Amino acid sequence: MTETQGVVQEAVAFSWGFIWRVLLKAFLLFALINVLYVLLNPLPLLGRLSMYNGLFPGRLRLPYGDDPGRSFNTTLSQLDAMFASHEIQGIDKSEDEFRVLIIGDSSVWGFLLEPVQTLSAQINQSELITVDGRSVRSYNLGYPTMSVTKDLMILERGLLNHPDLIIWLVTLESLPRESQLDSPFLQLNPEHTRELIAHYALDLDPKDERFENSTFWDRTVIGQRRELAQLLQLQMLGVLWAGSGVDHEIPETYNERLEDLPADQEFHNFLLGDLSSNELAFEVLEGGLQAAGNIPVVFINEPVFISQGENSEVRYNFYYPRWAYDFYREELQSQASARGWYYVDLWDALPSSEFTDSAIHYTPLGSKNLAQDIIEVIKEFLQES
Amino acid sequence: MVTRPSNREVNREDLTALLFVALLPLLISLNRFLPEGWQLSASRPPSTSLVALISSILVILVFVSGWLAKRSRLIGGLLGVLIVGIFIVLKTEPISLWASGLLRGVTGQSRNIVASTDLYWLGFSYIAFRLLHVLRDHQSGRLPALSFLDFMTYALFFPAITAGPIDRVEVFASKMQNAAKPTASVYFAGAKRIILGVFQKFVLADGLAIIALNSTNAVLTRSVPWLWVLVFAFSLRLFFDFSGYSDVAIGIGLISGIQLPENFDYPYLKTNIGTFWNSWHMTLANWFRAYVFNPLTRALRKSRLQMNPALIILVGQLVTMTLIGLWHGVTWNFAFWGLWHAIGLFVHNRWVAFLNARRDRISPVFYGGITTRTVSLVLTFSFVTLGWVWFALPSVQMSWEILIRMFGGYR
Repeated sequence: MTETQGVVQEAVAFSWGFIWRVLLKAFLLFALINVLYVLLNPLPLLGRLSMYNGLFPGRLRLPYGDDPGRSFNTTLSQLDAMFASHEIQGIDKSEDEFRVLIIGDSSVWGFLLEPVQTLSAQINQSELITVDGRSVRSYNLGYPTMSVTKDLMILERGLLNHPDLIIWLVTLESLPRESQLDSPFLQLNPEHTRELIAHYALDLDPKDERFENSTFWDRTVIGQRRELAQLLQLQMLGVLWAGSGVDHEIPETYNERLEDLPADQEFHNFLLGDLSSNELAFEVLEGGLQAAGNIPVVFINEPVFISQGENSEVRYNFYYPRWAYDFYREELQSQASARGWYYVDLWDALPSSEFTDSAIHYTPLGSKNLAQDIIEVIKEFLQES
Repeated sequence: MVTRPSNREVNREDLTALLFVALLPLLISLNRFLPEGWQLSASRPPSTSLVALISSILVILVFVSGWLAKRSRLIGGLLGVLIVGIFIVLKTEPISLWASGLLRGVTGQSRNIVASTDLYWLGFSYIAFRLLHVLRDHQSGRLPALSFLDFMTYALFFPAITAGPIDRVEVFASKMQNAAKPTASVYFAGAKRIILGVFQKFVLADGLAIIALNSTNAVLTRSVPWLWVLVFAFSLRLFFDFSGYSDVAIGIGLISGIQLPENFDYPYLKTNIGTFWNSWHMTLANWFRAYVFNPLTRALRKSRLQMNPALIILVGQLVTMTLIGLWHGVTWNFAFWGLWHAIGLFVHNRWVAFLNARRDRISPVFYGGITTRTVSLVLTFSFVTLGWVWFALPSVQMSWEILIRMFGGYR
């Protein structure tokens, strides 16, 4: 008798028949679990199960990050899970809180800024009090990628957290109709996006090819293994967030926004003068107002970098030729006036030195100064209302 | 050839096996002629003529060293030095970079693109220890008669090549010779170990890796309690990772008809550092015990220095554990990790001696009580876990700072 046989014979001796029966039962059980999983669709429920706002403090901004090992953050597509990790989910609104949601792109989220340097954190540091004695507390619901439809989806979800005011920062790059569905976040949430399109009558294609439509297999445990792993990873990363307060890798050096620009008049696929109001998805902003109902929404045209370098007479920055951006500002102003929106244009509120790697990303000082401007907007709004 | 007993001639089976081994790299190098997309490796293998030349030289060297070894014991010793030399080159980053630059220069490549990962020999740490074991046992006359095929199978047994375990050659050869076709029970046991190993490695270890201590999160973590969590996560991650690999190796071994030795025996549930080292990476610890600690302490006892027995144990443990540390890589951090354990083992040794001297006066409850056992377990696990700080981080200064911070110092 060999040692191998000796060791195994210490345990129970199995026949091949027994092993095949075990394998068959395991396969059937596995198949059954997958079918049940598809029928029950537990992913949204699992997303709401979170150790944030309990074992770990809630995050100050929505989870987003490419390199979890360095940013202690991750990107996921499940809105419920993202909100479950956010501080807003863990703070019951008290009577003396005036709750403000800040919606927008990566400039609001705070790319290249620490969580305490973002607009919402800087607003909170001002400890603003309303005339009726309520403390203004703002929450960062910005999320990188530029699409007002993505903003609308977040805004709609944020309404469940009982805001008193919504501040929505927009820029031209978030508005072209053709690029609304470029955001991976929307592509990975096709059903939810279609609901938005239908409910707010958005002029977007619900059958857009960019949607990641799921098959039966995509809805099984195997098909959703990535989503499940993301949920687990987000919870694990709570340890690093709790220990460090870090949720974003800020490199010591980065490529600064372009000062010298090409003499290119093109904006997306539009040549000089081609851009019309119909090409910009203003109805999405209207949809936000409709979603908010009685809750006031303030639109802010966010600051952009204004180049003084080569070809600056043609372009303001990497994103915008002057003609397109000027057209957008006029159009947004006229849309706001026509539709009765509360609108503030802060496009040139920051000097060029307060932008970092992009025409819409601010330095800590830039963020602080813009936060002061927004505080003034809030004060004016409160006085007027 | 070197360790072949003098009364055993090179036979046809040996030559066939040698030819097979020599032709294998040649065959792999032919992969360079496959069309794009069909090649087996990311980078093209070296030219076939270069591989053929090196293979031929190695075959000649094998015969020459075999011939010389019959006339001088020195050849065995020189081969041992060569193995240790390769080990040092691969495990010492500055030397590895220098050697890489040299090789790149010789082959006409830019020296500016050298990286420490240029020279990598999969599983060499384990291969080296098997070869040293064979050489040493040959020198001491304990080595059984092995065919070349048996020897190569032992040195390169594929389930154990990347992460052990390190079997003893005579035990392995015996299993090879007595191997029978695995039964259903053996397959079942093997599959169970593989599944357990895969779960430990890819679910537990890789999950814990997200929060395990590393140079990035060590610097950024400000909270002391969470810093402890990172260190304990590293401790568990390392165990599940290594134990998982060992389980997979043992499982594949079982299915192949060879039962590899166990490498872990619930090490984190041991109540002292001595039993921890009897249950953590057991085959490596046994190797060092057999080839470093025992010979060294024996030599010190017999030496004219007439050293105190406790001092002999201290020297033996310091040398052995430091070498175990350096086996992971020639850095100060691994050396300090080894010293950490050497000191732990020595303190434990003295503590046991102290208790034994007073055994009559100490209640048996103290020895076997649940409280004592629990406290001992927690202390042992914590000591081992704190030691991993040296292991996990790249510099002594950072490791020291983290250890101090864990106890409330700095910041």
